Amino acid sequence: MSTLVIAEHDNSSLKTATLNAVAAAQVMGADIDILVAGADCGGAAAAAAAVPGVGKVLVADNAAYAHQLAENVSLLIAEVAAGYDNIIAPATSNCKNTMPRVAALLDVAQISEITSVVSADTFQRPIYAGNVIATVQSTDAKKVITVRTTAYDAAPAEGGSATIEALDAVHDAGLSAFVGEEVAVSDRPELTSAKIVISGGRGMQNGENFKLLDGIADKLGAAIGASRAAVDAGFVPNDYQVGQTGKIVAPDLYIAVGISGAIQHLAGMKDSKVIVAINKDEDAPIFQVADYGLVADLFNALPELEAKL
Amino acid sequence: MKVLVAVKRVVDYNVKVRAKADGSDVDLNNVKMAINPFCEIAVEEAVRLKEAGIATEVIAVSVGAKACQEQIRTALALGADRGIQVETEGAVEPLVVAKLLKAIVDKEQPQLVILGKQSIDGDNNQTGQMLGALANMPQGTFASEIVVDGDKLNVTREVDGGLQTVSLNLPAIVTTDLRLNEPRYASLPNIMKAKKKQLDVYSPADLGVSVTSHLTQVKVEPPAERKAGIKVADVDQLVDKLKNEAKVI
Repeated sequence: MSTLVIAEHDNSSLKTATLNAVAAAQVMGADIDILVAGADCGGAAAAAAAVPGVGKVLVADNAAYAHQLAENVSLLIAEVAAGYDNIIAPATSNCKNTMPRVAALLDVAQISEITSVVSADTFQRPIYAGNVIATVQSTDAKKVITVRTTAYDAAPAEGGSATIEALDAVHDAGLSAFVGEEVAVSDRPELTSAKIVISGGRGMQNGENFKLLDGIADKLGAAIGASRAAVDAGFVPNDYQVGQTGKIVAPDLYIAVGISGAIQHLAGMKDSKVIVAINKDEDAPIFQVADYGLVADLFNALPELEAKL
Repeated sequence: MKVLVAVKRVVDYNVKVRAKADGSDVDLNNVKMAINPFCEIAVEEAVRLKEAGIATEVIAVSVGAKACQEQIRTALALGADRGIQVETEGAVEPLVVAKLLKAIVDKEQPQLVILGKQSIDGDNNQTGQMLGALANMPQGTFASEIVVDGDKLNVTREVDGGLQTVSLNLPAIVTTDLRLNEPRYASLPNIMKAKKKQLDVYSPADLGVSVTSHLTQVKVEPPAERKAGIKVADVDQLVDKLKNEAKVI
């Protein structure tokens, strides 16, 4: 059995999400190759070749793949997929964009955001915002799978020496073009890979008050997140959102401030190792999942916490 | 331009869904059903395009049992012009839904198809992209803004770490994210008017699509429960616990 892992990368380096997907592929026990599609992506390819247990790194280096346009990359993956039993990708926004196109081109189902491999054809995945875990069995000979990255610890990044093979195939569907991007610039770690996350909810009352989280985040080296309620209220941008329809995080420490704990939010953070909740409502559902709950007015508790860290 | 918008009947987002005791499926007896929230955003965007004079006709399509006509009527009450139901039984996988929608696209030749990015039941996030591949159309997924610019469509997308803008040739597919718009409420007169709007029903056989499943749901179960911890008295105790007991800071 053979598995192709689709690399998530920024051309110069490999994103940790790729290593989470490799870890899931290793559970399946197949031979693993990695596909790096990008432009000037030699750095990412070299990083992929250093992942232990990888046989080959296939590199498609062309301007057509520069911005991971799904119309182009899906054609490439569907072609390369011919030689593999499993196509596995991390459930990042790029791969969520591309992989269903691949599955449709191959006329197979996609199994989205698996959290567990039960056997070669059977997987577990959360449905209904994580209220229910479904076990699904695939009858497809070729399986297209995305992996919820928080369900798998990253595979080691160093120590391997896979061969690197260049792919000549250039697929430019000519249907779409990259115009631009606005990447949130921050000195803080990325939400999905941070060891500590501190999130604010509706209890923060407005966007200005999110500054109360800054000092604590700086002291802890934490990323700042938010509940959907805070995003919907316009306190912070959508890329802060932790939850079923936002980002799924599982840091060592998650501090929920002024967050009631709607199921949609819990789905995005309940796999964190340690959860702290600060809320003035002692009946808030967030306390049912918190390891340490502090019933307090956040406007008093946050400055005190910052001072005492 | 003609705009096709897909809507799905799902459990209302306020309902806390549970697995049946025998683990065969989720218990959907007597629960409130509604239009999928992302689909509602899709309908709203299509109607706004019509109000802006860009869309000439908005067609709402749903794949499902007869009951999904209720959600099509909701879309019609929100401003869609006519409806199409593709009548299916039981659960239908995203790939099959995409094939059925592809057949409707061939029939109606829309310039734009708007779908929700995912449904809040299966949480698959697949159908729009699959339709894109089958119809050989470009896609702007997880859209937070769309702008029609001649024969192109500019889509701003919510991606990891920020926003990305792409330019798509028309016809194109858009899947909606939360911030694309805030859907309106249907007014009573519009709900009444919606009852008289045209609603055509097709079977998968009419469309030449075979409904085969590639996946079997073996069982469903509740997620592992996380045990509630302790309440700390004050910030001092919290910091102490995090340092000395949990050892995470």
